[in-house]
Amino acid sequence: VTTHLDVEPPVAELRGPPGFGRPLDGEALVSSDPFSPRYDLDRSTGLISRKGHSIEGHNIAGKILVIPAVKGGVAAGWAFYDLMRRGIAPAAIVCRETNPVFVQGAVLAGVPILHRLDPDPVTSIRTGDRVRVDPASGSVVVLRSGG
Amino acid sequence: MAGTDLKLAAEEEAMLAGEHGELVQWAIQMQVDVGRFFGAERLVPVTSAHMVGDMEVMGEPGLALLRKIAKGGAKFSVPMTTNARCVDFAAAERLLQDPGMVCKEKELIAAVRAIGAIQTDTCINYQTVYQPHFGEHVAWGDTGTVIYANSVLGARSNFESGPAAFAAGITGRTPCYGFHLPEQRRGTVLVQLSADLEDLADWGALGAVIGRQCNDYWQAPVIEGADPGSATSDRMKHLGASLASYGSLAMFHLVGVTPEAASVEAAFGGREPERVIRVDDDAIADVYASYPADRDEIDLVVLTGPQLSLFEIKLVAELLDGRSVHGNTRFIITTNQMTHAAASALGHVQAIERAGGMVLVGVCFYLMGADVMRERFGWRNILTNSAKLANIIGGYRYHPIFRRTRDCVEAAVAGRLQ
Repeated sequence: VTTHLDVEPPVAELRGPPGFGRPLDGEALVSSDPFSPRYDLDRSTGLISRKGHSIEGHNIAGKILVIPAVKGGVAAGWAFYDLMRRGIAPAAIVCRETNPVFVQGAVLAGVPILHRLDPDPVTSIRTGDRVRVDPASGSVVVLRSGG
Repeated sequence: MAGTDLKLAAEEEAMLAGEHGELVQWAIQMQVDVGRFFGAERLVPVTSAHMVGDMEVMGEPGLALLRKIAKGGAKFSVPMTTNARCVDFAAAERLLQDPGMVCKEKELIAAVRAIGAIQTDTCINYQTVYQPHFGEHVAWGDTGTVIYANSVLGARSNFESGPAAFAAGITGRTPCYGFHLPEQRRGTVLVQLSADLEDLADWGALGAVIGRQCNDYWQAPVIEGADPGSATSDRMKHLGASLASYGSLAMFHLVGVTPEAASVEAAFGGREPERVIRVDDDAIADVYASYPADRDEIDLVVLTGPQLSLFEIKLVAELLDGRSVHGNTRFIITTNQMTHAAASALGHVQAIERAGGMVLVGVCFYLMGADVMRERFGWRNILTNSAKLANIIGGYRYHPIFRRTRDCVEAAVAGRLQ
């Protein structure tokens, strides 16, 4: 639907197994640290609040959140639903590796999620990039924005 | 790509088509989505589900969702037990817990009971409620319960968070991937243990050493070198809870002890270890050293995470030995209603309460609005024998100090670390 993707050639195309959720495009927020919605996030604002986290101070609301791994216990199972209902969930999640709890949470909330992509999303996507995710085909297309 | 080839039985197709009602359809749709994501080829029947649904993680929207479901009149189709919760109603006022949270907790309990949950409020269901047998498929939520079921009992479960365990309770099934499959259960990392482990806390420390180096749900460490005679249920409970907390791990093998680890070779099932982790006495000492005291005086001593067994409560009563808890220190332990009843009948609860300690029922300390209690009581530091609690409670801005059980009880009596 966006003309942006139609006129500029992608800088990267990532492929992996089918993920979950509807296709969409948005702006990437890339973390080099693993992510826990319980321990790293201010759950009232969507801001990354953990001191020293690689995306401390960034807001995940509406972003395509790109992370190397997930951490924490079963809290993620409810956390995305809570964030979604309050309008501060990420638009989609792209992980190098994930775990059942994180995916259960994303499915409950209807947040698209993909994993095990090649090349590595954490190094091939940059914060601010325009990204299109298509979970059904396991594809992530990256357009660099703003030079 | 492969991985989407999930085949449903006729009854499951009917559930997905909505023939068993909207709620069943919603539940099985979530399971199909999660199953496809992880390449499950089928759903597998489960004999029980265990649900984590505390207000702290669910939030208001999660509670609203449960209320709506409870009104729909649906019931769980397999036994559904509940995990430790946030409030012991008999102690909430004394602990200055937020009345709003107490209220919501009541509503939450009413909703899950209306759907047919068995309100056990425990994270040690495997010690007190139900022990699945070798190869039995279950859908359990709390990470400590899952790692114990997989590792010690040889049962089969993934981490099933609140909504996922809920869905399994409704459909009586779960997607068959991860630790339901033999190939996922084989060892990946070899742990060569040369440390002497005595206290429960030492076993938790072992979990911390491994989990810090091996933080990945899909790993299964194989621990060799433990004296099989030393591996009691309570010790493996602390080991498992700590591995799950520090490493998000869902399975370990203890060679010569756990049922899929008759030998190192059996535990790896023909695989080569990806790497070797060595754990000696220094490594265990380093875990204690990573939680140093901020000062000698101790505000709070808490034994929890997991809840205490009957043996642990008896031990605490014996260590107190008729002495009283220091006036400037709070001493709190948590257990479930079954163990509390037994320990009361035996006089251990009374002994601990006479000493000035609190024995809380159906809760785990860090779920109780720990930050609010800290502010209201002016607590700063917390001493515990639980490596798991030490790992988590810093997030609620306590200064965690991790020591052996006897040191914790002595500090409660003296009001300071000895």
